[in-house]
Amino acid sequence: MAEYLLVIVSAVFVNNVVFARFLGICPYLGVSKKIDTALGMGFAVTFVMTLATAITYVLYYGVLVPFKIEFMQTVMYILVIASLVQLVEIVLKKVSKSLYNALGIYLPLITTNCAILGVALIAIQDKYSLVMSVVFAFFSAIGFVLAIVIFAGIREKLEDADIPGPFKNVPIGLISAAILSLAFMGFSGLVK
Amino acid sequence: MNEAINTLTRGFIKENPVTKMLLGLCPVLAVTTTAVNGLGMGLATTFVLIGSNVVISMTSKMIPDTVRIPSFVLIIATFVTIVDMLIKAFSPELNQSLGIFIPLIVVNCMILGRAEAFASRSGVWYSLLDGIGMGIGFTLALLALASIREVLGSGTIFNMPLIGEDGTPLLVFALPPGAFAGLGAIIALMNALEKKRGVN
Repeated sequence: MAEYLLVIVSAVFVNNVVFARFLGICPYLGVSKKIDTALGMGFAVTFVMTLATAITYVLYYGVLVPFKIEFMQTVMYILVIASLVQLVEIVLKKVSKSLYNALGIYLPLITTNCAILGVALIAIQDKYSLVMSVVFAFFSAIGFVLAIVIFAGIREKLEDADIPGPFKNVPIGLISAAILSLAFMGFSGLVK
Repeated sequence: MNEAINTLTRGFIKENPVTKMLLGLCPVLAVTTTAVNGLGMGLATTFVLIGSNVVISMTSKMIPDTVRIPSFVLIIATFVTIVDMLIKAFSPELNQSLGIFIPLIVVNCMILGRAEAFASRSGVWYSLLDGIGMGIGFTLALLALASIREVLGSGTIFNMPLIGEDGTPLLVFALPPGAFAGLGAIIALMNALEKKRGVN
């Protein structure tokens, strides 16, 4: 149990996907102008990341390792993620119209969200078990949601701030992200 | 001829993929702790970009529109696998320090962006030039940020020491906050320079 707790705390705070691992920066900067859209993106990412990690894990140990073709990892993973995103979109459209409307526009963007591929790769690299990988993926996604929602809150405030010309939009966003990641560094040392 | 030169050079500064178009920021922030890493990542990405641009411009007429994106991703992934194996074989050290960011080149939105916006609707020759130009622009941005972070954060440049034994580097620049702040400062500087040139 303690082992799981360590992975959870590490995934959400200490090795936060955005602030410590630098994954998913594009949606982090692109879809964080409003808290609502940030939340929508966050949930879509959580959904796909957890599913993608579980599926790629099974395929890695079930297909790539027995056939000794581990070098196909990148090609296979990206195909799995791309088709998964497509599948999720089709299923959601049929099953839950409201969820589809909420997540719909974010789903295509997720294919090129490097956090999904990154987390799936880290799960293999760190030699987690299947259950541990799923837990790790889910809480990494929660870490992403946390980061993007906090950041969206800051950006909503920045809208009203008087910012020097060259720093408008992205540069001030990056500086804010720097301060935020400085705050998140306070968690380091919590988990070895 | 002018158009060829323009295709090649516009990626350097005017339409720089990192500072101007904000594409592929994950590796820019993650691997720029030292200039060597930045340069290595830049060159690896340039190789993939040139390869995918050329192949995509040659094959785009054969690929049906509906499966366009998956096909592009597959082509890119193939070149990423080649680069991954090359780095593993020739520079295990670089492989160690770039880690998962080598396979992650596949989701670098700059590469898919160039495939979609340029290579799929241009000739092979221009796509090659575009790949080289954008690749150099990307490498320049990585190298600039990496140099700043290495000098300030470790007190070295290309692993050569710059400060004496008793000097203390600003460690924060080697850590994640330094990456965000450094990139923010570079983009702001580019904006300011562009504005100044526009006024004159």
